[in-house]
Amino acid sequence: MTGALAANARVVAALGRRSIVQTLRRPQLLAPLIVFPTALLAIQTAGAGRAVDLPGFPDVPNFLSFMLAGAIVQSVMFTGNSGAIAFAIDMEMRFTDRLYAAPIARSSVVLGRLAATATLGAIIATYFIVLGLIFGASIHEGVPAVIWIIALTSAAALAFGTIGAAIALRSNNASVVQGIFPLVFVVLFLSDAFFPANLMLEPASWIAQYNPFSFVVNGIRDPIISGWSATTELKAIAAVIGIGALGFALCAAAMRSRLRRGV
Amino acid sequence: MSWRGSWPSIAVLVKRALNEITRVPGAAIPGVLAPTIFFLGLTSVFGSLTLLPGFTTSSYQSFLIPVSLLQGAGFTGAATGVNLARDIEQGWFDRLLASPAPRPVLLAGLVLSASLRCLLPATFLLIVGFAVGVHWPGLGGLVIAITLVMGMAVVAATWGTSLALRFRTQSAAPIMQVGMLLAVLLTTAYAPQHLLTGWLQEVAKINPVTQVVEAVRQGFVGSVSWHDTWPGYLTLFALAALLSFFALRGMRRMTL
Repeated sequence: MTGALAANARVVAALGRRSIVQTLRRPQLLAPLIVFPTALLAIQTAGAGRAVDLPGFPDVPNFLSFMLAGAIVQSVMFTGNSGAIAFAIDMEMRFTDRLYAAPIARSSVVLGRLAATATLGAIIATYFIVLGLIFGASIHEGVPAVIWIIALTSAAALAFGTIGAAIALRSNNASVVQGIFPLVFVVLFLSDAFFPANLMLEPASWIAQYNPFSFVVNGIRDPIISGWSATTELKAIAAVIGIGALGFALCAAAMRSRLRRGV
Repeated sequence: MSWRGSWPSIAVLVKRALNEITRVPGAAIPGVLAPTIFFLGLTSVFGSLTLLPGFTTSSYQSFLIPVSLLQGAGFTGAATGVNLARDIEQGWFDRLLASPAPRPVLLAGLVLSASLRCLLPATFLLIVGFAVGVHWPGLGGLVIAITLVMGMAVVAATWGTSLALRFRTQSAAPIMQVGMLLAVLLTTAYAPQHLLTGWLQEVAKINPVTQVVEAVRQGFVGSVSWHDTWPGYLTLFALAALLSFFALRGMRRMTL
């Protein structure tokens, strides 16, 4: 039993390593994770920076400190999407067929991809924290907050990745997975990733208060701008577990469907 | 071949490009949806910025619609570059280069089709915009806005064409799209010049596309004046001329 688990873990690690190398080698997969969120962070911070003067805006050292959590979540959502596109390409090119023919658990193929997404999430969190500190952001809760943010971001990336993987498994088509890219923005705009929910216009303001992605953003943002809040962090953990559980359930259903269809 | 004699060739090239809208309607959807999602999303998120002292209008929808219109034109123009890269990869463009049609005629066919195709996202955006409260810019303001948006599509198409001829692969698509997105966003896109902060205030001041954004915006947030209009047209003319030079040079190099 332990031996089988260890063997599976080795397969997951090997496939995860392959996925990370694949992302780093293909600029079209890497650029959306780093270049686009960084450019948007820089432009929105400078373009809407005076928002901190609005009545009702949280007390923050600067707008960059506020925006950092939004940029991190945006980037990991893109990571989930990019990973799913790469996964769908693997299926289109029949690479996954060869893996299914090998004596390994089918779930390892998906878990390998998700392990890579989680690792990339940790790298992205580190990148944005360093970038933020260089350009004047401050982390209110210091080093423990940095460790917490990296861990939460990594878990969130894995959770978001399960949704993308489920769509890839269901559609078997990279173009379909690419088509969900605009939906990432819809989800982000309907959360308080870029602005406090109380200052957003209706109905976005109302939706943002209940959007689970807002809980994840606030779980990352609170230790940066104000301080620990057990309620906020528990909500963030619950949101990550909820999204992940939904994604895993969808992945399992898609895998069963593929087995039934013989693909 | 005279320009008068070239019109039928240009018309055929434009018609071929426009055929894609009816034959592959799915390809046009992202270009229409993306600016609309950005428009609705950004107005919901940053709408309260109008409460800042010194903001030039009380309607953020009216303030932002020009940016989304220009984004739509930018994406459409970039798509022209991607389509050209596909034609180069598949060898179809070689046949055009071997034809007796002069290079400027080939370029005119590409960029004019972009200026017409951009009317699709622009119309959709304006319908959505007016439905959610964008101010009516007046007939003059609307005509100025639409002609400038068509001009922006020409600029974006010459940009996309230059890059397609330089890289000769569809993999260059992100550079075409991101280039246009940044050109539009590094302006007074989110707030008036005096309310921008840090580096963006300086960049927006020297970015020529700011003149285009302001010229399109004037009717939506106030009254139209020649003083605010001509810099926009002049900027587009200069950018189109410069980028056309690079595109034509790229065509010449393909045949060397």
